[in-house]
Amino acid sequence: MASTPNRPAPAAPAQQGFVFLPLIAGWLIPGAGHFLLRKWGRGALLAISIVCMFAIGLAMRGKLYANASDILEILGLLGDLGSGLLYVVGRAMGLGADSVQLTVADWGTRFIVVAGLLNIIAAVDAHNLRTGRKS
Amino acid sequence: MFSPTHFTAVLLFGLFASIVFGITQRETPQRMFRYGLYCFSLFVGSAIVLSWVMYLIAR
Repeated sequence: MASTPNRPAPAAPAQQGFVFLPLIAGWLIPGAGHFLLRKWGRGALLAISIVCMFAIGLAMRGKLYANASDILEILGLLGDLGSGLLYVVGRAMGLGADSVQLTVADWGTRFIVVAGLLNIIAAVDAHNLRTGRKS
Repeated sequence: MFSPTHFTAVLLFGLFASIVFGITQRETPQRMFRYGLYCFSLFVGSAIVLSWVMYLIAR
C-alpha cells in the first residue's frame, strides 16, 4: 500500500521589512507598532490609555523632567522619554510644571512617568508580535 | 487644572495600567480581559487595604 510522503508544512510567509520598525514606531507614537501589524483594536486601546494617562498627568500640573542632576531626576527623565514624541511635543510646547508645588502635581508627575514606561511595554509587545514570539 | 481625589487618581491609574498590562501580557482577547480585570482589582484593592492600614497606624 502506497503511503503519502510526509511533507513539512509550508512555513508561514516571512514578513518583509525592518524588524525593529514596530518597536521604534510604537515608542515614538503610542499604539503605532500595533497599527503597523494590523492589530487595530489592541493599538487603539493602548494609544488611548497611554495618551490619556500622559494628558491627565499634564492636566494635574505634573512635571516633565528636563535635566538630570541627580539619580531620581535621571530615572524620571528616562521614564518620560518612554513616551516618545508625546514628551518631545510636550517639551516643545512648554507643557508641564517646572517644579512640583502641589500634592496633585506630584501624582501628575507619576502619571507622566508611568505613561512612558507603559509605552515602552507596549512597544516591546509590538516587537514580540513582529518577531513571532507572541501571537 | 484637573484636581481629582486620591481615590479617583487611583482608579484612573489602575484603569489605564490594567488595560496595557492585559493587552501586553496575555494572548487571547478573553484572557486579556480577565487579566486586565485582575490587575485593576489588585490596584484598587491594595490601595484600599493600605489606606486602612495607614489609618489604623496613625490612630
